[in-house]
Amino acid sequence: MIVSLSKNNTLEADKKKHVQYKRIKRRVLINKLSGYLFSLSTVFIIVVLIILLYRIASQSVGWLNISFLKGNLSRFPEKAGIYGPIIGSLGLMLVVIPVTLVIGVATAIYLEEYAKKGKLQSFIKINISNLASVPSVIFGLLGLTVFSRFLNLGSSILAGGLTLSLLVLPIIVVSSQEAIRAVPLFLKEASYAMGANNWTTIRKVILPVALPGILTGSILSISRALGETAPLVVLGIPTLILKIPQNLMSSFTALPIQIYYWTIDTVLTAEYANLAAATIVVLLVVLFSLNSVAIFIRNKYQSKF
Amino acid sequence: MINQKNVRHIINDNLIKKKNIVDKIMPVFFFLAALVSVITTIGIVLTLIIDAFRFFEAIPLSEFFSANLSPLRENPSFGILPLIVGTLMTTLIAMCVAVPVGLAAAVYLSEFASQKKRKVLKPIMEILAGIPTIVYGFFAYSFVTPLLMKVIPSLNAKNVLSAGIVMGIMIIPMIASLSEDAMQAVPNALREGAFGLGSTRLEVTRKVVIPAAISGILASVVLAVSRAIGETMIVVIAAGSSKNLSFDITESMQTMTAYIVEFTSGDAASGTTGYYSLYAVGLLLFVFTMLMNLITQLITKKIREEY
Repeated sequence: MIVSLSKNNTLEADKKKHVQYKRIKRRVLINKLSGYLFSLSTVFIIVVLIILLYRIASQSVGWLNISFLKGNLSRFPEKAGIYGPIIGSLGLMLVVIPVTLVIGVATAIYLEEYAKKGKLQSFIKINISNLASVPSVIFGLLGLTVFSRFLNLGSSILAGGLTLSLLVLPIIVVSSQEAIRAVPLFLKEASYAMGANNWTTIRKVILPVALPGILTGSILSISRALGETAPLVVLGIPTLILKIPQNLMSSFTALPIQIYYWTIDTVLTAEYANLAAATIVVLLVVLFSLNSVAIFIRNKYQSKF
Repeated sequence: MINQKNVRHIINDNLIKKKNIVDKIMPVFFFLAALVSVITTIGIVLTLIIDAFRFFEAIPLSEFFSANLSPLRENPSFGILPLIVGTLMTTLIAMCVAVPVGLAAAVYLSEFASQKKRKVLKPIMEILAGIPTIVYGFFAYSFVTPLLMKVIPSLNAKNVLSAGIVMGIMIIPMIASLSEDAMQAVPNALREGAFGLGSTRLEVTRKVVIPAAISGILASVVLAVSRAIGETMIVVIAAGSSKNLSFDITESMQTMTAYIVEFTSGDAASGTTGYYSLYAVGLLLFVFTMLMNLITQLITKKIREEY
């Protein structure tokens, strides 16, 4: 009697154990499956990226050659080249790089080193983060009203460059701020202890140490400006500009604008799609090499201190 | 002897003075540079409000919020509802793609992937994020639309569906990286505690990491919505410029951003009501994105987990 009871008990315990074991097994299984499910999302991303790059590259084959890079825009797809847009994009960078570098880094220095913690500082910070999320078309409207119409710059390289500068300013400010904040305190204190004042410390200690971070941020903002289309289209860049821009006041066309016009013109002639694809390849090669330089700088100089 | 000393003193004084001038000028210069961003914001608000005001002088609000949009007719009317519907539809489709994929990628990168896989996957995300939107527009129009046509034969050459899907793909890296940052910020001690109690990775993610990071995750979604509302080139190219009020995603619709681009790259003469309508639409767009920003800031402030 006693034996059978205990036997019964162990049976029950076994059953319980079995149920528990089963539950654990199921939980582990679900965990494993969900891991695969989550990894599918990254597979999706990679597949899309490959399709996108492959499609564009294959469409540009046969169209992308030296004469395409050196030739001028033309009404005939076979003769068209993108020398003008390349010069236009370079001209834009001639404005964007100095303007954003000077204003962006100076803003970051002010916010990190000079501004007293308080309402003004937090107001400027909130303002910059808000500016970063304003749609680029609205910057286009600002440029159209202030630079093109009010300052009478028309649809010149200068007007386009200044508009793009304002657009990418938040990126360079935020990344420069991070770079400056990452400068270790002991370096600053050592500089002050040697009798250096604020400006000397900034010039000789903070800026050199923060330089890699600042460079990374500025390269990223430049590549953003290079690919930006909407604000330039809003500025009213004409469709077909055959002249190569001579100075900052010339009217111009840039690589992304040319992609835009050729893409919407594919309705007329299908070959324009190949021209657009070839231009995209040129633009992407430039952007990817800029970005890899930025990543290289970031990795090489990261955590030096 | 005394004279010599005086000269040295003078030189020294001058040097100090010179240094002082630079020391005094630089902060002013830095401050002025910081003001540029404030002035930009003021400039945006002023240009939008002033010219939108001119628009509303000619067009009553009741017409502005009506369904009839035909700005280029002889008797133009400026009902903005079709634009709002177009914007909401593309945003909705984009979110349907971007939120599940983006969050899944964030969870995978932050909780499941090995260090090695992260090192490969993160740069790929960055590449995707660095592609200009005009390229996505070209991709939507020349690849995704023809592909979708094989499934839905009645699809228009310009349609909201393809524009929305590609916009979603564009936004995935943004949601993924912002949400992943939020999850990474959850202290490891919380995770280890849950692991110690015998939880699986999925349970730790679902019951510990996501609740702790929820404010950051929500903020990333709201920011993505704001990005989708303001996105321009994809919808200009792939969604077309139909101004009819419809809810059919296989048809062309115009968004607010596309309206602005269409009108400025066409020949909108300065001073006409059509020209000023740009600024009214721009103002509405600006208000929408600022609203999203405000919500983001509220979320991050209100539901901040204290560890």
